[in-house]
Amino acid sequence: MIEEPFSNGNSLVHNLDPRIKVIFAILYSFIVALSSRFPTLFAALGFSLLLIVLARLNVQEVSKRLAVVNGLILFFWLVLPLTIKGETLFNLGPLAVTREGVILSAQITLKSNAILLSFIAMVASMSITTLGHAMNRLYIPDKIVHLFLLTYRYIFVIDQEYQRLSRSAKIRSFRPGTNTHTYKTYAYLIGMLFVRASARAQRVHQAMLCRGFKGRFYCLHEFSMSLRDWALSAIMAVVIFGLGVLEWTKIT
Amino acid sequence: MDQNNLIINLSDISFAYPGSSKALDKLNLQFHQGDRLGLIGPNGSGKTTMFHIIMGLLKPSSGTIEIFGRQVNGERDFRSVRERIGLLFQDADDQLFSPTVLEDVAFGPLNLGRSQEEAKDIAQSTLELLGLSGFEDRITYKLSGGEKKLVSLATVLAMEPEILLLDEPSNGLDDNTKAKLTEALSQLDLSYILISHEIDFLSETTDSVCEMRNGKILIDKEVYVHPHYHRHPHGTVPHEHKP
Repeated sequence: MIEEPFSNGNSLVHNLDPRIKVIFAILYSFIVALSSRFPTLFAALGFSLLLIVLARLNVQEVSKRLAVVNGLILFFWLVLPLTIKGETLFNLGPLAVTREGVILSAQITLKSNAILLSFIAMVASMSITTLGHAMNRLYIPDKIVHLFLLTYRYIFVIDQEYQRLSRSAKIRSFRPGTNTHTYKTYAYLIGMLFVRASARAQRVHQAMLCRGFKGRFYCLHEFSMSLRDWALSAIMAVVIFGLGVLEWTKIT
Repeated sequence: MDQNNLIINLSDISFAYPGSSKALDKLNLQFHQGDRLGLIGPNGSGKTTMFHIIMGLLKPSSGTIEIFGRQVNGERDFRSVRERIGLLFQDADDQLFSPTVLEDVAFGPLNLGRSQEEAKDIAQSTLELLGLSGFEDRITYKLSGGEKKLVSLATVLAMEPEILLLDEPSNGLDDNTKAKLTEALSQLDLSYILISHEIDFLSETTDSVCEMRNGKILIDKEVYVHPHYHRHPHGTVPHEHKP
């Protein structure tokens, strides 16, 4: 259902305090998203790649994820150069490709890849449970954290329920086609899934009441910052600052 | 029976789920301190419903519930009941909702107002009691069926209840895990009501067995399990024997 191919590993990035990683990933993506100069964007892409290398992640898995996002970006390249008004770069039949359009598409491409790579390196390199605990320790509202963790916990159960239903349809020779029977069957299947999920939610709530639930969740996980964590957070702060300098002081 | 030891007293409890016939029909139950009661009966005879009524998860349409000598009515009354009675759900996936085993087992004690340290200690010693040491950081959804069941039991036991309500605890367990469960139950020295479809399991874990049928408990004092003659009451109830 949800695989976490990057969460297990033993590298500089994996061993970093999860709280630092979350904070850095957020600040970093903001600064990259707000930048527009090419020196800054290329520097950011370079740094994101460095993070992936430091995290020693499986290159094939990383490229698979990049491919998904860049497939979407391809559409920007097809549309933006033709629709943004500006200086004509060259003509494509009756259509004019503009300089501004190409620049915008290039910026979008660089930004998305830099941010995505940094999130893969920093956030996907911890398990979802750890991420939840880190969010809790960063004073993100309890309700959000628990919604997140409970969703993660029960998405597997709901998936199993879906598998069970679709298996039972399959063993009775259900073959999907383009007809009312198929649509009806899928509608029943999805409807049943909602009914079961709601019944499940009710039972989980009952079980929680039986254990004295009073509307509060608790997090037992403890994090501690080592000297190395402090040193690395200083380096990352410098990187973010450096990107800001590159962007807004125009030294290059 | 000693009237002072009466801890659960249900009288004339009726309950019906919306749109269906009565799940419980004027049910009476007297449960005493130290009892280890087994409940057997066909599906849909109202066993689980009765447990949920005792815990205040369902509200009966008529009848009175007395627990620990006091009549209980509203949600507020049941909150204190839930601190003293533990219910083990049929489906362990309903019971385990925290990401890690330790957090799940510590959830109850924390709700009872224990400090984080105390809750952790209680959780660890409960896991140890059930032979689950080393499971603390396991992810709950990745446990096997038997492990889930035992961890669910740990989450209930961690609240140090006086009475347990066990809803088909042996369901879907292999012989090995079942033996572990039987051993844990005999070690506990707690009063409990246990629902099961397996006569053998009931005879190992309980002192007396009642049959439930059509929303009523059939009390028959003559009823005993006779393993050596291999004849027993409720022989009409579908069940299996170990070889």
